[in-house]
Amino acid sequence: MSLFEIASVHPFFQLVPLVVFLPVLGLLINLLVGKYLGEKGIGAVASLATGGAFAVAVLLAIGLGQVSEGATLTLANWMTVGDFSVNWSFRIDTLSVLMMLVVSGVGMLIHIYSIGYMHSDVRHNEDPGRFRRFFVYLNLFIAFMMVLVSSDNFLMLFVGWEGVGLCSYLLIGFWFEKGADGIGNAKAAKKAFVVNRIGDFGLLIALFLLFHNFGTLNFAEIFEQAPAIAAAAPGAIMAITLFMLLGVTGKSAQLPLYVWLPDAMAGPTPVSALIHAATMVTAGVYLVARSQALYVEVPAAQNIVMWVGALTAFFAATIAVGQNDIKKVLAYSTISQLGFMVTAVGMGATVAGMFHLTTHAFFKALLFLGAGSVILGVEHGHAQANQHAEHGHDSFDPQDMREMGGLRKRMPLTFIVYLLGALTLAGIAPLAGFFSKDEILAAANEKSIAIYALLTAAAFLTAFYMGRQLLMVFFGKPRSVASEKASESPLLVTLPLVVLALLSVFGGALNLPGSHILETWLEHTLEGVTPGHFVLTVALISLAVALLGLLLAWLVYGRKPSFENGQPDPLRKPLNGLFTALENKWWVDELYNTVIVRPYDAVARFSAGVIDQGIIDGLINGMGSMVGSLAKAWRRYQNGYVRSYALTIVVGVVLVITYLVLR
Amino acid sequence: MMPMSYFIGLSILMFAMGILGVLLRRNPLIVFMSLELMFNSANLLFVAFSAYHHVLDGQLFVFFVMTTAAAEVAVGLALIVAIFKAKRTIDLDQMSSLKG
Repeated sequence: MSLFEIASVHPFFQLVPLVVFLPVLGLLINLLVGKYLGEKGIGAVASLATGGAFAVAVLLAIGLGQVSEGATLTLANWMTVGDFSVNWSFRIDTLSVLMMLVVSGVGMLIHIYSIGYMHSDVRHNEDPGRFRRFFVYLNLFIAFMMVLVSSDNFLMLFVGWEGVGLCSYLLIGFWFEKGADGIGNAKAAKKAFVVNRIGDFGLLIALFLLFHNFGTLNFAEIFEQAPAIAAAAPGAIMAITLFMLLGVTGKSAQLPLYVWLPDAMAGPTPVSALIHAATMVTAGVYLVARSQALYVEVPAAQNIVMWVGALTAFFAATIAVGQNDIKKVLAYSTISQLGFMVTAVGMGATVAGMFHLTTHAFFKALLFLGAGSVILGVEHGHAQANQHAEHGHDSFDPQDMREMGGLRKRMPLTFIVYLLGALTLAGIAPLAGFFSKDEILAAANEKSIAIYALLTAAAFLTAFYMGRQLLMVFFGKPRSVASEKASESPLLVTLPLVVLALLSVFGGALNLPGSHILETWLEHTLEGVTPGHFVLTVALISLAVALLGLLLAWLVYGRKPSFENGQPDPLRKPLNGLFTALENKWWVDELYNTVIVRPYDAVARFSAGVIDQGIIDGLINGMGSMVGSLAKAWRRYQNGYVRSYALTIVVGVVLVITYLVLR
Repeated sequence: MMPMSYFIGLSILMFAMGILGVLLRRNPLIVFMSLELMFNSANLLFVAFSAYHHVLDGQLFVFFVMTTAAAEVAVGLALIVAIFKAKRTIDLDQMSSLKG
């Protein structure tokens, strides 16, 4: 539909291009005239751009409330090759608008938070000029994310998919000259990009296969034909869904490609919150949810997706237990929670997955931003401590939880919101995380007992590591001068935290058992959605497990003071070697290094050194030097005397004539 | 009528003298004159064969050659003047700046 036609469906629908163009406008303003705006101005422009996109998304949601089947707006034709045509179209349906609301809503809050956070961060890192760059990247990310979720075909989705990957790369490497050896952050960014490439390769293959089998990349057309094609060529759909899964494991950080996400914490904290927790990493979940019509045709692929998700959920949760970096814990927690979502969409419990995606966006953004606030406070305390005493140690890491402790008195507001976020993540009723996680667990209970057990174990570990983190960061006595002198963050930082905390607390209302708002909302888009039912035993078990986890955390970390004067982790003794394994993330990075990276490196080195520089360059250089030496030999005859040239001609003519005569 | 071989012999003699002059002399003016000698040895043959075969083509061609020679001399003399202005000499042995 064109702009004019769509207005007759619902007047709000014609606003949909603005969800992309407002962030683009924001970034253009900041890019071109941001220099003269000052930090407040830059932040305001970027936040308003995202807030505008949020407002448009709200209007779209209102429109969808009246015209629930939505519409598709074609903005431009991208390419037409024979029968194959791709448009830049915006698909307005309940699923895409839900994603838009989450992305722009959480995004807006994080933009506001970033004004306060980056103000300190750029000064801490001694380059205030990068303030503007940060917001340009952030707006670019929002724009690409909107392209991703609003697309009506796989190719535009892929454009957004790659775009957000690019933004992720740029923002992980935002302080590219910092980190271990001065290239730590740049390496992390590179790792994220390369690992994502592997996933993107899978998605690309899936797109090629889709085009090959369906002759189109349009969502509606593909999903319509899916049953027929699945009957004709089940293997093709299987391959498509599995290659798509590879893309999902890359972008949504699932086994085996999750390794980039923990390293991505090298980016500034708002980036971790926005991109690496709330929005971009959920793109994979969105993709599976969107392609549900394909997945339901091949139960085997669904099973694989489900197992990948469940294993990731459990595996990452174990690693989170052994981490000491406040952001690393949250990173592994994110991977684990993404595992929950992937399991859900793999089981066909799409609504549960999207529900958890939404609530997770709230509370994980809250936790990351809270962690950012803690880091700011500790950095501030560290700076103050160094002001008074000269003995400050330079290797101080403001993210190390072993150096914190007792922060609840120094940063009361941050403590309260962080507590709420942690309890939500742990799944304590009646906070949002309880309902969304419970819905997934209930669905898993019906599907497979093994999956259910894995997820419940993951939920237990989640409660445990969140309890551990809370106790290490906020309780006990301060374990360093920095945390003793830590101070509460400014209002600009804490205000978004409060809003997110409210969302985390009340977000469960989106899909309460009995009301099912999200269910009825999404059933216009997703086929075969059935109201997930509330199983009391499952809910009670998950609540009990969560409480048990928190209790155990208190027994281990809260009862008696730990970590005093460099004491080892109290878990180390009972778990012994296991804890070392957890601390070292099961040595997965090392495994990948030995099995993939090093051999690949060796092959690359061989290709570059022996094949390229040796054989190919040798051939070319050999030809060059051959011509050179030949010319060097012959230049003696080019002596500049016309007479000798003439002599050559004469001799030549004589020879030719002699030949002609004597022939 | 004189036998044809006389003309051919004279022409060969003139051409050989021209070649030797071009190859051996260092004065460009002499070289030019030697060149003219070669042109005219060719002209001589043209005319001789033209008369021998009773065809006018050869004589016609001689005019072309003469024109070309005149033009060539004009250009050549101009070059010599230019070279003399630049180098203060017209010795051909001094002119080897284009050597490789």
